[in-house]
Amino acid sequence: MSEKKKELAFEAAFQELEETVQRLEDGELTLDEAIALFERGQALARLCDEKLERAKLRVNQLLPDADGSYREVPFEMEA
Amino acid sequence: MNVEPNGRSTQLNLFGLSPEPMTVAQVTRYVRNLLDGDYVLQDLWAEGEVSNLKVTASGHAYFTLKDDQASLRCVMWRSDVRRQDSLPQDGQSVLAHGRISVYEPAGTYQFYVDHVQLAGIGRLHLEFEALKQRLTKEVLFDPMQKRSLPLFPIRMGVVTSPTAAALRDIVNVLARRYPLVQVVLSPTLVQGEQAPLQIVAAIQALNKHTDVDAIIVARGGGSLEELWAFNDERVARAIVASRVPVISGVGHEVDFTIADFAADVRAPTPSAAAELAVPDRMELQATVHGQGMRLSGALQRRLAERRQSLDYLVQALQRCSPVGRIQSLRQQVDELSQASGVWLRHLLALRREQLNGLAGRLTTLSPFATLERGYAIVRHGDTGRVLTSVQQVSVGESIAVRVRDGEFDATVGSTKAEKEAKNE
Repeated sequence: MSEKKKELAFEAAFQELEETVQRLEDGELTLDEAIALFERGQALARLCDEKLERAKLRVNQLLPDADGSYREVPFEMEA
Repeated sequence: MNVEPNGRSTQLNLFGLSPEPMTVAQVTRYVRNLLDGDYVLQDLWAEGEVSNLKVTASGHAYFTLKDDQASLRCVMWRSDVRRQDSLPQDGQSVLAHGRISVYEPAGTYQFYVDHVQLAGIGRLHLEFEALKQRLTKEVLFDPMQKRSLPLFPIRMGVVTSPTAAALRDIVNVLARRYPLVQVVLSPTLVQGEQAPLQIVAAIQALNKHTDVDAIIVARGGGSLEELWAFNDERVARAIVASRVPVISGVGHEVDFTIADFAADVRAPTPSAAAELAVPDRMELQATVHGQGMRLSGALQRRLAERRQSLDYLVQALQRCSPVGRIQSLRQQVDELSQASGVWLRHLLALRREQLNGLAGRLTTLSPFATLERGYAIVRHGDTGRVLTSVQQVSVGESIAVRVRDGEFDATVGSTKAEKEAKNE
């Protein structure tokens, strides 16, 4: 399993952002809660945006080993 | 052929043939009649590779059919060309039907083709349809069993040739649309006899040894034969058996393969498969920005609501505040004091008027006013008492006499009482 799944993936951040907006728009909230939600939402939006902006596509190749197992190695596209 | 011997050439006679020469036209016609009379040549199927295909302005098609040993000139009349869905291209193997005859002006024999089709294609089509029907009956292509694609795939398996343009197309589209995804290429041949088993192994390896969220099975455009590996039953079964959803992108828009029917989503090309596999970065960013705006808007609304509630409370508080009462009382005091001032001034004026009146009256009653008229006030010189009777003085006593503009002292010389006063 890839390590990438451990940190907050884009999908999770994006969904939490949607939920946060929904709660801020519709929920019964104290002012402090509203401000906390707003700040959380802002951070999530920034995170999502940065992830989209900075991501660079990675390509691995799945290769069989002699013992029948498989390993992934970075794959360089031919120019 | 009746050529009469004329004895002109003994040498010719040695062969027992007519010494009479034939015209070229006669020879050619003779050959043509031979060919035209042969039932095999008049209803002929011939297979070979097309070359030098040329369609003239008049619409007739000319080409050569050849194999590794011989070639055959072919002509196809316009009327027959029009009945074809398409004409073959140079280099393609075809099966042609027609008759052999002679083109007299050139003295050549040719194949007058009335129908031509790609060799083997009919057989492949039949196999394709048969396999499709069999697998459909087996409910391998059940639309109800199709899995939906993940919205935000983290890892994307790609089954294709590592050297093919299809892979480059897929990688380019993924990099442009959603570079967050990580590509796991499971390399395979995509044509030839080895291809089907390799494709199956590549799909299985991704399922068993990786955590990809979906798999793209792709190959660029090619002839039906070149795409044939994707019409393999084993490939179809591997796609259906895949743990994660499979997107097929094989060939061009017009090409449908068994793999397409087996896949959860069919894309017309490898690029299109990549487009379907991931969301679009631009759209996502627009959505994220929109969410940011909604966040700000929602917070603003909540703050405005709170401010309004606060204003309301402050107003309510102010209504209950003693400040108002105090101000009100102070005003009353002001008003009262103002009113009392007016009254007081009025009273003073009144009193002053009364005083003036009294003073006036006092003036008129004052004895000094009578002095003006010549009266005098006489007081006793020692006691200062006003004298109103002769009884009050004796001769020799001093008296003070007050007149209009002063006083003078005098001494009583004599007294004389009036009779009336004695009678009393």
